[in-house]
Amino acid sequence: MFAFIVRRIIEAIIVMLVISFIGFAVQHSIGDPIRDMVGLRVSVEDREALRDKLGLNDPFLTQYFRFVRNALHGDLGTSYFHNKPCTEVILSKAPATIELVIGSSIIILLFTFPVGVFSAIWPRHWFSRLTMGASTVGVAIPVFLTAIALIYVFGVELNWLPSYGRGQTVNIGGWETGFLTVDGILHLILPSVSLSSIMLPLYIRLIRSEMMEVLETEYIKFAWAKGLDKKRIWLVHAFKNTLLPVITVFGVEIGILFAFTLLTETVFQWQGMGFMFLEAVERSDTALLVAYMMVVGGMFVFINTVVDITYGFVNPMVRIAGAK
Amino acid sequence: MNTLERFRRSYFFYSFKRDKTALVSFSIFAFLVLVSLLAPVIAPHDPYDTSTIDILDAEIPPSWMDGGEDRFWLGTDIQGRDLYSTMLYGLRTSVAIGLGAVIFQALLGIAVGLTAGYMGGKTDSFLMRIADIQFSIPYLIVAIIASAVFQLAFGVARFAEMAMPLLIVIIGISEWPKYARTVRASVLGERKKEYVEAARVIGLNRWRIMIRHILPNTLTPVLVISTIQVAQAVMSEAALSFLGLGMPITKPSLGSLIKAGFEYVFSGSWWITFFPGLLLVVFTLVVILFGDWLRDVLNPKLYKG
Repeated sequence: MFAFIVRRIIEAIIVMLVISFIGFAVQHSIGDPIRDMVGLRVSVEDREALRDKLGLNDPFLTQYFRFVRNALHGDLGTSYFHNKPCTEVILSKAPATIELVIGSSIIILLFTFPVGVFSAIWPRHWFSRLTMGASTVGVAIPVFLTAIALIYVFGVELNWLPSYGRGQTVNIGGWETGFLTVDGILHLILPSVSLSSIMLPLYIRLIRSEMMEVLETEYIKFAWAKGLDKKRIWLVHAFKNTLLPVITVFGVEIGILFAFTLLTETVFQWQGMGFMFLEAVERSDTALLVAYMMVVGGMFVFINTVVDITYGFVNPMVRIAGAK
Repeated sequence: MNTLERFRRSYFFYSFKRDKTALVSFSIFAFLVLVSLLAPVIAPHDPYDTSTIDILDAEIPPSWMDGGEDRFWLGTDIQGRDLYSTMLYGLRTSVAIGLGAVIFQALLGIAVGLTAGYMGGKTDSFLMRIADIQFSIPYLIVAIIASAVFQLAFGVARFAEMAMPLLIVIIGISEWPKYARTVRASVLGERKKEYVEAARVIGLNRWRIMIRHILPNTLTPVLVISTIQVAQAVMSEAALSFLGLGMPITKPSLGSLIKAGFEYVFSGSWWITFFPGLLLVVFTLVVILFGDWLRDVLNPKLYKG
């Protein structure tokens, strides 16, 4: 087990090195930090002097190692537009994105379990057929169309819910949260619903098929034979065993939810990391773009490593298969 | 019996005829592809011909609504282009990018999967490790970051010029691991079979065995995922264009039309976004439905969930 953990961590470090190399290569070939720092009126000689002073004329690899060393100290360069360290900019935008993901995870969990379980128990009921049909169509509807439709109906026509921005937020220890004010929660509803719409169809189907499979097993038949109460069989015996695989898939796929925040944030002008990233692209803010790449890459590598190691604890097969 | 006759008597064609979903979705798919190919012939206006576009025609509602004109069946967009014609051209671009991206990712993925599966050992673990790592990062993130980097590297104007081939490459790069994994899995199943052994005994070289003998037997799963991948690629194109990282507004695709119309939805010009959006959903839906049917027919062992 120990060897397995060590190997996974070494792998994660190698992957991070590759990501940082790509990031640095991007910065090295497109970005011009001198342009970011000085105005147009600075002469060519002064620019050269500055280049020398900053070490921009050093060999590629020397600069790369400096980049990695700085990154390890949490310094990912300075954003040209915000005029602040990139790490600071990204950290200030992260809560918005994280809260959006949390909000839609809550909606997904609250909504898919009852519907999925219901349509597994009564597959021929009109409601189950309706949700199955709707989830087939739902897969084909891109998240930005859902978002635009929601804004049009609830924001513009009915005027029930605010349709852009985060509303009033409260600052708790540097974390700007919208969960504690009524205004913040109202602003969160439409973005979370549209973000959750990408996962709802998939999860309803997943829960339904898992539950149907469980309902066919021997121990459920035995429970029926014992004459147990049907609610007990469905909710305690069958549902419990549906839960584990579904939660596992959810844990792995939360990253996909994160990816789609980029689209949701654009539609709702949600001031999160995705919105910041697209602004950085528009403003050719290379340093911020590279920093975003590193942070997101690091996040996924971290999540995957943790998931793999957890699997290793739970399932010894993974450890052996990986050992070779 | 010639090929056509054999196809007509096959189980594949038989179940296709009997399955209404497959029949309808394939007909709509074929119709949309045909219409998009014939866009220059069918479309009443040419959205690329700036001399026929008048900005004064902008935001005219569909012909059956108040203020609509007979010239523009589905109304016009913000630049005064006929929306119906622009949508046909847009669908053409989207379908071209979708198919191109799938072909690109299939070639890349098949090459990697075949090499990894047949060679085994160090080559295998190295190639599949790369695929695994990329697979663990959502394809959309890869595609978005790649197009952002390309856009910064080339500048907005150059990027807009070469948007189509670039998007094919970007979407292709973001999705190849799926093919690599699928192909490798079936190559591992085929590699130990006797016909491969026989080919090796004859003394054929390994590339010939890989390409002429093993590859044809791994193409069924490739076909199954390819249909779904077309839907996925068209959606990715729309998402990228919507974010402003794909097709520019001057070169209409379904995504860039939706993006262009998005800001005008709330001032009442809903049709600029609605019709391209509907077309996108219908296209993706029929491809997915047909893909589902294909998967069930070609792989009866799979559980239908």
